[in-house]
Amino acid sequence: MPVIGVENVQSAGAPSACTVGKQGNMSSEPGNCQNHQDHDPDHGDAGPAKQTMPMPVPNLEVQYTKIFIDNEWHESCSGRKMPVHNPATGDLLCEVEEADTEDVDKAVQSARAAFQLGSPWRCMDASDRGLLLNRLADLVERDRLRLATLEALDSGKIFLMAYFVDLMATVKTLRYYGGWADKIQGKTIPVDGEYFTYTRHEPIGVCGQIIPWNFPVMMFAWKIAPALCCGNTVIIKPAEQTPLTALHMACLIKEAGFPPGVVNVLPGYGPTAGSAIAHHMDIDKIAFTGSTAVGKLIQKAAGDSNLKRVTLELGGKNPNIVFADCDLEYAVEQAHSGLFFNQGQCCLAGSRVFVEDSIYEEFVCRSAEKARNKVLGNPLVPGVDQGPQIDQKQFDKILELIESGKKEGATLECGGGPWNRNSLFIQPTVFSNVTDDMRIAREEIFGPVQQIMRFRSVNEVIQRANATHYGLAAGVFTNDIDKALTVSSALQAGMVWVNCYNAMSTQCPFGGFKMSGNGRELGEYALQEYTEVKAVTIKISQKNS
Amino acid sequence: MLRVVLSRTFPRISGISNCQYSAAAIPVPSAQPEVHYNKLFINNEWQDAVSKRSFPTINPATGEVICQVAEADKADVDKAVKAAREAFRFGSPWRRMDASDRGLLLSRLADAIERDTAYLAELETLDNGKPYAVSYSVDVPMVVKCLRYCAGWADKWEGKTIPIDGDFFCYTRHEPIGVCGQIIPWNFPLLMQAWKLGPALATGNTVVMKVAEQTPLTALYVASLIKEVGFPPGVVNILPGMGPSAGSAIASHMDVDKVAFTGSTEVGHLIQQASGSSNLKKVTLELGGKSPNIIMSDANMAEAVEQSHFALFFNQGQCCCAGSRTYVQDTIYDEFMERSVERAKSRVVGDPFNMKTEQGPQVDEEQFKKILGYISSGKREGAKLMCGGGVAADRGYFIQPTIFGDVQDGMTIAREEIFGPVMQILKFKTLEEVVERANDTKYGLAAAVFTKDIDKAHYISSGIRAGTVWINCYNVFGAQAPFGGYKYSGNGRELGEYGLDNYTEVKTVTIKVPQKNS
Repeated sequence: MPVIGVENVQSAGAPSACTVGKQGNMSSEPGNCQNHQDHDPDHGDAGPAKQTMPMPVPNLEVQYTKIFIDNEWHESCSGRKMPVHNPATGDLLCEVEEADTEDVDKAVQSARAAFQLGSPWRCMDASDRGLLLNRLADLVERDRLRLATLEALDSGKIFLMAYFVDLMATVKTLRYYGGWADKIQGKTIPVDGEYFTYTRHEPIGVCGQIIPWNFPVMMFAWKIAPALCCGNTVIIKPAEQTPLTALHMACLIKEAGFPPGVVNVLPGYGPTAGSAIAHHMDIDKIAFTGSTAVGKLIQKAAGDSNLKRVTLELGGKNPNIVFADCDLEYAVEQAHSGLFFNQGQCCLAGSRVFVEDSIYEEFVCRSAEKARNKVLGNPLVPGVDQGPQIDQKQFDKILELIESGKKEGATLECGGGPWNRNSLFIQPTVFSNVTDDMRIAREEIFGPVQQIMRFRSVNEVIQRANATHYGLAAGVFTNDIDKALTVSSALQAGMVWVNCYNAMSTQCPFGGFKMSGNGRELGEYALQEYTEVKAVTIKISQKNS
Repeated sequence: MLRVVLSRTFPRISGISNCQYSAAAIPVPSAQPEVHYNKLFINNEWQDAVSKRSFPTINPATGEVICQVAEADKADVDKAVKAAREAFRFGSPWRRMDASDRGLLLSRLADAIERDTAYLAELETLDNGKPYAVSYSVDVPMVVKCLRYCAGWADKWEGKTIPIDGDFFCYTRHEPIGVCGQIIPWNFPLLMQAWKLGPALATGNTVVMKVAEQTPLTALYVASLIKEVGFPPGVVNILPGMGPSAGSAIASHMDVDKVAFTGSTEVGHLIQQASGSSNLKKVTLELGGKSPNIIMSDANMAEAVEQSHFALFFNQGQCCCAGSRTYVQDTIYDEFMERSVERAKSRVVGDPFNMKTEQGPQVDEEQFKKILGYISSGKREGAKLMCGGGVAADRGYFIQPTIFGDVQDGMTIAREEIFGPVMQILKFKTLEEVVERANDTKYGLAAAVFTKDIDKAHYISSGIRAGTVWINCYNVFGAQAPFGGYKYSGNGRELGEYGLDNYTEVKTVTIKVPQKNS
């Protein structure tokens, strides 16, 4: 399928006449790719060489459209296929085999066989599992342009973001867990009595993994890397909107040399394939990233079936708290990218920006100006800041929430509607004078819509920030060390960023309090989500210290 | 021998054929690999010694000079320490680098070494005398694994946040110690280099390394790879030189923050003293051993004989962990002896570049003479010479595989480290007796027990005072497992997560907070 040409690259709106007061400290924004990103994905002084402005692969053909089971490509048992669209144009990219219950059964059988005692995968040295993950990282690096292009076409995200953020994170995640494989250490334990006790950290077994469409290839790596490094086998269902990079990864998994059945990739829909995984009696663990509503279904399905272990990474309505003593221009920039990054389609999006009274007007003004200056258009074209939303359903939901904001009395500072008729683009939208009870302040919008609220005191903002059933992430901007530590301790959230936002790394755990999820991904913490601990106790004739 | 090494000690080297990276067949070596580097490596540059002196490095299989190598002395150590200090400066590229990128550099070094496996194995065999088949299949692959293992730690060496009393927030930072002096021996030149560099670099230190004067060549080639893969200048500096001059200058240096030494217990004492009389630099030591290998009567006889042979004779007996006191239970003593002698007699000694060779020459004339001296003492003190006992070739430093029976605990050959192909077999009756006798040594590096009885295995492995105990195996090393000695065998541990401690300063940061909450 051909890459669409340059079209519709234009600013979403002219800068307003708002007075921007003193020129704030021009923040330390990295400039290695024209990105409005929040953190430089590649700032190692002597690390991997920076590439100068990569370009998408022209006329990219989709190579893999089938179900990947046992290191082979399969057609669906039902014979059904599902269409995959380019959200920037609405064009059909290809049709992909649609997995359902029967295909899940096949995949589970294959994953179970790969997990048998004595199998090549079970007998393999842990360091060799690590080597395979490192090899996979090498292959992803080799195919980075192709994968980034595929990702941009399939998800509508900005190509350069896909290249510099998603693919970089994918490689780093695979390498990071490659390193863990032979460092997952049990313990010997000084139990009472004449016994010798040690623990083995064993893989859980067959893991079902269901991933979303907002960071398709990165979520794929986040899920498979810790699972494989601990020695599990995997059945992974990519989102029906964005199966293509996952299928390319499947091909690389085979090329890297993973034994058959260790990773199985099944494109399909949630209510069919996803549900079959969640209910399966022979899947030992399920990991899901997606909406809180579906997270509840997953948890219920585990309870209804075999009590499989469940980890969930769900939604958020994340507070980003800006104190008057912060670096204002920098805070505006970070709050902006904290919300608008990836078309606002982030569970981490800082979608409740609480700004201290005395700087409120200025903050709103500068934020609206930033939003107005965003460039919408073809995500493959350099200079474009924002692509389309993922699909019609999301698009409609976002517009509906924007309308509710207007109706409930928030002040629309900019945007507020679709952009470029008959497409899935939405204008970067900023609401001010938002109150905590409005729907736009309570519900996850998952789109380019920023809510800015006003606060007066530390205690007040802590209480308001925590008044949500979510607890995924939060940000605090202040130069006062006491405020920073007080607020970061008090917030009920799995990640708190101080004077930064979206500063993620593979070494650092990620996950939610409350209804934002269960368990942690990334970092050392993720390993415990993929291991069973076995305590072995041996009677001995005489114990000595 | 090679089969034994591969299939028993490193059983999985051939066991990953299901992946697409099984060990390839060993290529035919060149017995005269070209030497590319013979100077000092300081600040990523090749430099002559300040004194302009050089020394010859010898091929121990022939006694011939391979080449001259620049000889580092105190002035060169000063230069190298300056470079390492500059590379460690707060704000330097090395200090600012992401930990994951330090890991990536180590991984790339492993890749480069893997690429050059055949050449490095040739050079190692030329300079050290160890059989090429072993250099190629054991030493170099273990180097690669060690570096990859340490690479993985770089961004996983985590500090803690600590719930201290009061309104405080407390956390630890694991910081590198600084400039680390490292002095390595000649018995596993490449592998010891990797054991030293891996943890030091993973944790962010800079290094001034002195390599043994007998075997400087492979370390210098690896230096070129360190530069090739992109380590910043000054992070690793490699100095060939002598112990009393260059080694002493490192140990006594006022601006070296830590010294790690692998070698004899005698020199270990000097290193510790030098630290005490200079700047109290941190010291880790991996020293000698006289490791007991205990064979219970219920052991699998064939396996125990083969492993005990391997435990002692591997690497021409030049291993600090050599199983040099083989304690055999009285009821099986005669059969064990007979089979061990048979095995030693069949050991193939000769040209290390010949694929059939199991045993090459000793590393140099000094060691050669010292070992022959120990053999004489064994005869003189009344041990029974069962086989070998003399020189094995008319040139080079070859010694016959030698076994002494009826060895008594008080004999010199039962108390001192021989570091050669000389096996002592001792007889014992009871479990309690053998544990006591095995511990009656100033050393405490390694030990092994062969038995099928789970209680005996646990009793002995708990009772022996040694840093490593193998049960029904010997010389099993993994980069993941710590290695080091009790008592006079050393201080600290190398490898594994434990190895990182020895290259880390822990900093406790405590911040006053207005109000603490759980």
